[in-house]
Amino acid sequence: MIRVVLPHHLRTLAKVGDEVHVDLNGSPTVKAILDELETKFPMLRGTIREHNTLKRRPLVRFFACGEDISHESPDAPLPDAIVKGDEPFFIMGAIAGG
Amino acid sequence: MSGIRVLVGTRKGGFVLTSDAKRKDWKVDGPHFAGWEIYHMKGSPVDPDRIYASQTSAWFGQIIQRSSDGGKTWETPGSSPEDLKGPDGTPKGESNMFVYDGIPGTHMWYDGTQHPWEFKRVWHLEPALDNADHVYAGVEDAALFESKDGGTSWNELSGLRQHDTGPKWQPGAGGMCLHSILIDPKNPKRIFIAISAAGAFRTDDGGKTWKPINHGLHSQYIPDPHAEVGHCVHRIAMHPTKPNTLFMQKHWDVMRSDDGGDSWREVSGNLPSDFGFPIDVHAHEPETIYVVPIKSDSEHYPPDGKLRVYRSRSGGNEWEELTKGLPQKDCYVNVLRDAMSVDSLDPCGIYFGTTGGQVYASRDSGDSWEPIVRDLPAVLSVEVQTLK
Repeated sequence: MIRVVLPHHLRTLAKVGDEVHVDLNGSPTVKAILDELETKFPMLRGTIREHNTLKRRPLVRFFACGEDISHESPDAPLPDAIVKGDEPFFIMGAIAGG
Repeated sequence: MSGIRVLVGTRKGGFVLTSDAKRKDWKVDGPHFAGWEIYHMKGSPVDPDRIYASQTSAWFGQIIQRSSDGGKTWETPGSSPEDLKGPDGTPKGESNMFVYDGIPGTHMWYDGTQHPWEFKRVWHLEPALDNADHVYAGVEDAALFESKDGGTSWNELSGLRQHDTGPKWQPGAGGMCLHSILIDPKNPKRIFIAISAAGAFRTDDGGKTWKPINHGLHSQYIPDPHAEVGHCVHRIAMHPTKPNTLFMQKHWDVMRSDDGGDSWREVSGNLPSDFGFPIDVHAHEPETIYVVPIKSDSEHYPPDGKLRVYRSRSGGNEWEELTKGLPQKDCYVNVLRDAMSVDSLDPCGIYFGTTGGQVYASRDSGDSWEPIVRDLPAVLSVEVQTLK
């Protein structure tokens, strides 16, 4: 079970609490987490990554174990602490005022 | 008993204001979608409890929300358990999927170079006149989409964006937005739209082909002031009983057309400034129109710090200022293009919202005004429903 923390606005959109949990069948990667997240919560499609291209939206960032992994390959393996559920995978809105 | 529902989109959420037909006591419900920009909310003329909302964010993109109970509860179409999966087993969740038809091409950028078309947000939602599941969306970068399944999926009416003049369209200060959609009640295949800064366009075949309708517009801020396209039209309006007569608030100039947009003439007359954003028509008097003059395109606030609505009972040229109940000192708010609307009670009610968060209403066709809510986030849009 992987723990995912969504930014405030996506929690209200998906009507979920502080943390959501996803179970992955294959390799634990950012892409696999987002695929499962969007399957479970279809209203999140297009909000974290673009429709069709699946590119991360410019003002969205991904953090794992305190590291910004936004620019890593979405197919790169995630740290064990994320895979085991010891640490949550953070999806954050970039700090940009407003 | 009849009543009024006012749908207010703001920079930080949507609000639903309701009153009985006396229009004196208002209940404020919201914020819905707190923290998100709500560019526009509009109800279906077929089923007033069916309301569509455009929810947007620079961070998380476009969301379409739909209500089937008059704005009490909302859903993202296509995300309920019964339609969670498409035929191939993948999740749908396509209600926010606005994809241009084919290769999008380029339009003119601020500096005169060509720039790729990029979807940013929905500015305006216009439900069809005969089917609550049929709705049009005017978007930035300018294009027209439609949904025939209640907002669950969207297709572009690409004949507009692919018009030969597309490479000459350019963004205004607010972006290259399609902000006005008027459907001819006598002929729903005839639709008028307006884009800032391209101009007004008309289709007579339900959106397949489009014609620029900007003859008579004069815009001294573009290289050819009489060009076929490139005019910064801020808003167009129509009375449903006279669909051949259109009114326009342009960047500068208030205009009218009596031939379905084929030609325009200026009717700014004695306005203190002919710059502004909204324009609307009285519900029962097709020649009574309203604008809110703004000092200039550099200073987006009312002249002399006085918030004044101007009314013409002659379809333009002769204007009277309406000030009773509006701040006449130290007022520096703006009224944006989609932030004025009318009800169809008698006398007609006029409503507008400001960037200062006030929504003002008049129960007497504009003679007097009062705020029906006054401390909302900056108001982006106001739509009024008259409930039977």
